[in-house]
Amino acid sequence: MTQYLLLRHREIPEISRLEVYRQHGGFEAFRKAVTEMTPDQVTEVVKASGLRGRGGAGFPTGLKWSFMDRKSWPHYVVANADESEPGTFKDREIMEGNPFQFLEGVAIASYAVGAQRAYIYLRGEYQHIARWLDEKIAEMETAGLLGERLFGTDYSLRIYTHLGAGAYICGEETALLESLEGKRGQPRVRPPFPPSVGLYGKPTVVNNVETLTNVPLIIQNGAEWYRSMGTSDAPGVKIFSLSGRVKRPGNYELPFGVTFRQLIYEYGGGVLDDRPIKAIMPAGASSSLLRADDRLLDTPLDYAALRPLGGDLGSASVIVIDDTVSIDWVIQKTLRFFKHESCGKCTPCREGTYWMKHLIDHIRANGKEEKQVQLLLDVARQIQGKCLCALGEFSTMAVVSGIERFGEDFR
Amino acid sequence: MTLAEKYSQEIQAIFAKYPPEHKRSAIMPLLYLAQREEGYISRQAMEEIAELLEISVTEVAGVVGFYTLYHDRKEGKYRVQVCTDLPCALRGADEFLKELSQALGIQPGETDAEGRFTLEEVMCIGACHRAPVFQVQSAEGVMYYENMTVEGALEALKKLE
Repeated sequence: MTQYLLLRHREIPEISRLEVYRQHGGFEAFRKAVTEMTPDQVTEVVKASGLRGRGGAGFPTGLKWSFMDRKSWPHYVVANADESEPGTFKDREIMEGNPFQFLEGVAIASYAVGAQRAYIYLRGEYQHIARWLDEKIAEMETAGLLGERLFGTDYSLRIYTHLGAGAYICGEETALLESLEGKRGQPRVRPPFPPSVGLYGKPTVVNNVETLTNVPLIIQNGAEWYRSMGTSDAPGVKIFSLSGRVKRPGNYELPFGVTFRQLIYEYGGGVLDDRPIKAIMPAGASSSLLRADDRLLDTPLDYAALRPLGGDLGSASVIVIDDTVSIDWVIQKTLRFFKHESCGKCTPCREGTYWMKHLIDHIRANGKEEKQVQLLLDVARQIQGKCLCALGEFSTMAVVSGIERFGEDFR
Repeated sequence: MTLAEKYSQEIQAIFAKYPPEHKRSAIMPLLYLAQREEGYISRQAMEEIAELLEISVTEVAGVVGFYTLYHDRKEGKYRVQVCTDLPCALRGADEFLKELSQALGIQPGETDAEGRFTLEEVMCIGACHRAPVFQVQSAEGVMYYENMTVEGALEALKKLE
């Protein structure tokens, strides 16, 4: 693909400058939304475009916006820039390269849900990006694109950045909100969901950076235009973060429906040392391990297509594992991560990740006794379906799929 | 000097980001401010932040302890934080950490005798495509070092002194 929709800085290097972004139609969508459309009309267009959340869950974005409780005010928009899934580095490139399109997306989302205050929650390691966005926000204020009575209407909006401080769990939306409220980032019991009770107890939309960056183009060009790309299950484009044992790791913006074979060989240049692919993790460390057979490699990718193959597309953070790698080692790596990142609030996850890590260390150090492998599998299954948020569930994905699908590595 | 005396303008700017009735939201930026002093958050700073936010010191300490980028004790001036998570490890991060550790003469978790460097093994920092990677955290903030070799890393660290 030659024309970028999200990673436009690769074609227009200076698009991070306000005047250049505006020369390329920047902020026309925001102006159009505020001056020519009602908030509901904006939401309807996004709904009709079929845009789904790019943070991993794939929830329809317009539908989420329409859930905002109209009896409770004020409303908030929070951009989730916590990007912490191992294998994910796409939001960072958007914010570094094409910051105004993202900020315009935040602004349009805010108008659509009637929010006059929006926060961007960035992972603590992205301090340089927070400073960069602060500069861009200040430029927007000076240019009259943020502030009071925008474009001569009654609508006012301010955008603020907020830095996390190193906690994977804060990518979970209710943990993120707790963190933004100044507490430890531990997930809330849901329901209620944030569009009913969110930041400071008020209705809140939490959207991923990549999701929001799609919005200006959808408003500008219409839902039908957006639907002309991708698949019927997942219209539009997706940034695939490709990592692991490939020759050219990086971000690839491609329409949904691309295959793993195209992504890995055409774009990623193939596997290091030209080894065969053994397994693919399509959604970062939270993925099930998928055996890389022809059927998998040639499946057009969207959310629905991967389910019958026993996987989830998630945030499309594709980790490639070749035949030099043993799956028990992969599991040890993912468990080390989840044990460290478990927030400790709910018992199955806190204790479960501890014991799974303990067991895989034991198995790898002392030989793969069948009894111990079975025990690890049992502990993982005991965790499933019992946790407050998805982290506990995620911690079991590689364990269960790895032992079931790559049994030869556990004998 | 207290934080409020030293950074009054910055503290005002931090509070202005949040609704006045929810000033507790300012805790994370205030902790970063406190950490800028000596690379860690002292007990005294926690007490002062608790007072500013009208919450208990225990609540402040609870937040400090929860997040990995806040530290409650003095370590090396520069924390060299190497990512060894799965995507990085698939591109040689474990070997990189081992060799860097040998070259610096400290194990992960240790600080050198001069108090310059603390070596740490950390979770994903969002640079998987540029492994091996590490970040250096100091009082000034966080800096990324990507596509690293051990020689390149040592050279970069030398420049910090």
